[in-house]
Amino acid sequence: MRNLRFHPCGNFNDRYGQELTIFETDFGRASLIVGLVILFAVVPYISGPYFLYILNTVAITAIAAIGLNILIGFTGQLSLGHGAFFGVGAYAAAILATDAGFPFLLAVPCAGVITALVGVLFGLPSGRLKGLYLTIATLAGQFIIEYLLIHWEGLTRGTMGIVLPEVSLFGVGLGDDRSFFYIAYLCLIAMTLFAVNLMRTRYGRAFVAIRDNDRAAEGMGIPIFPYKLLSFGISSFYAGVAGALWAYYMVSITTEPFNLGLSVEFIAMVIIGGLGSIAGAIYGALFITGLNEGLRWLTDILMSTDMLSAIGLSMAPLRELAFGSAIVLFILLEPRGLAEVWRIIRSNFRLWPFSY
Amino acid sequence: MDFFIQLLVNGLSVGFLYGLAAMGFVMIFKSSSVLNFAHGELMALGAFIFLVLIGRAELPVYLAFPLALAACFVLGFVVERLFLRPLIGEPLIYVIMLTVGLASIFKGAMLLVWGGNLYTFPEFLPAGLTIRWGSVYIPPVYVVSIAIGLVFLMLFGLFFKYSSQGIYMRSVADNQPAALSLGVHVRKVFALSWAIAALVAGMSGIVLGTINGINVHDLSSIGLKVFPVVILGGLDSIGGAVIGGIIIGLLETFTGGYLSTSLRDVIPYIVLVFILMVKPYGLFGLVEIERV
Repeated sequence: MRNLRFHPCGNFNDRYGQELTIFETDFGRASLIVGLVILFAVVPYISGPYFLYILNTVAITAIAAIGLNILIGFTGQLSLGHGAFFGVGAYAAAILATDAGFPFLLAVPCAGVITALVGVLFGLPSGRLKGLYLTIATLAGQFIIEYLLIHWEGLTRGTMGIVLPEVSLFGVGLGDDRSFFYIAYLCLIAMTLFAVNLMRTRYGRAFVAIRDNDRAAEGMGIPIFPYKLLSFGISSFYAGVAGALWAYYMVSITTEPFNLGLSVEFIAMVIIGGLGSIAGAIYGALFITGLNEGLRWLTDILMSTDMLSAIGLSMAPLRELAFGSAIVLFILLEPRGLAEVWRIIRSNFRLWPFSY
Repeated sequence: MDFFIQLLVNGLSVGFLYGLAAMGFVMIFKSSSVLNFAHGELMALGAFIFLVLIGRAELPVYLAFPLALAACFVLGFVVERLFLRPLIGEPLIYVIMLTVGLASIFKGAMLLVWGGNLYTFPEFLPAGLTIRWGSVYIPPVYVVSIAIGLVFLMLFGLFFKYSSQGIYMRSVADNQPAALSLGVHVRKVFALSWAIAALVAGMSGIVLGTINGINVHDLSSIGLKVFPVVILGGLDSIGGAVIGGIIIGLLETFTGGYLSTSLRDVIPYIVLVFILMVKPYGLFGLVEIERV
């Protein structure tokens, strides 16, 4: 058995493979395994239904945030339509599950593929152009998709919404929070693994090259247009899968939540978590979901005190204000997000007492 | 036929306002190539400042209007100084995401203070300005707004052509390093362009508020409608912004009049996707050709 690897005191890589490694140390690998065991064996049994609901929401939004991070953080393209693509995934899953009678295991990936195709359709006109035209095209996509979800009543039943069947795998019903916890986190792990490994392949490196300098990337023989579209397609696929899971979890869906606000929420997750960091997207999802629940709790308290409820404080403006401030503060003070904060904390421990 | 002409007139006036709103947006894009997603919120802020001055403080219009514009000008300076200045030299995508965040902050703050209700300015325009021409009827608000718009358009034309600040701005837009090496104070240019953009945004917010009433959600959604307008006109052309605005305005009113009212708000975005496919640099935009 080879020697265990610990943190070196500097960068001593002498092979390219070492640059690509996911776990720098065996301690990291071991702690991740222990963490996963605790997550699956202990957490679902000690947490109540409300806490399970929060954890499941975190898992679902984290999948979507990872997808957006592949686009923003790794390819350097901004999407303002991620909320709408999330909605496309939700509706695709709902329609496939009710009208076409697809089982859960087939409906979710199909929803992802459909969303990826819709995404590519909107990315197609903008991918030809340099600069941030994709941002503008996705803004158009956001409004057009929202309109179609509400007004294409033959397909989406308009404002009536759709009620989904219970999640079941191989004939076993898995509708409760705890079973869904396993489904959501297994999906999250699979999607995270895929994303982490994608960034080690030539495709991931091409994305990073396009982000850093598109002229140099093209000069080195990376066809920018197909790669930008591919990145956008993958990002939409993630949004679609997350939307499908969300639709199954919520049981009934309406057109309402998939607005521009949701897109901004996803952007906030990516910025707060850390651009260009897969783990960061998960931190961001955790942070934003926590912030959402915290604000709900705060408004409940404010509402119950008579004096403040007279002012009519409602949740919507507070949320806008909190998200906006979080985005602005993180960009100004810690542009690399919570992932960077976590790295700094870790290296402080590692280098203590000689942290300079 | 009367219906058609009325729609035509409405479309022209609405489109002119869109063009006016887009002008401030183009201003920022021209000097720093930043897409400003907080434009609609700046418009709404201008309208609310005017509302406070004219409604709460009961100032006369000839005092309230310049004061509101001055407040917007200062606001633009402050926003640039506090939020944009630290990001000079950072990748553009950070700046753009920052404006998305700023939009949320402004919107949340305005909702906290004024709520989502619809406000109207007290009546301050003389009724004698109405134009009646056969069956066509143009209310005084439109007349005034078009007059104001034309004045601003002319002022901008002169500013960019003859004033030294205007020429500095054009030089920064054209080539930032070259402008720097020739001694142009680029940071000052950015500050000034944000201040002027906020002023123009505030002005168009006041004009739009006079016509449709002031509501945070409506005005900020108009701020997003600026995107189809500028893509159609060309992202970096001020004249193109006005013409693009008029085309989008006509399209919207005709769709609303003849097809369906719900399609009205989406049609600009459908056009946007179409333009990106056919003529991506817009009608008057600068075509960038880059070969590797």
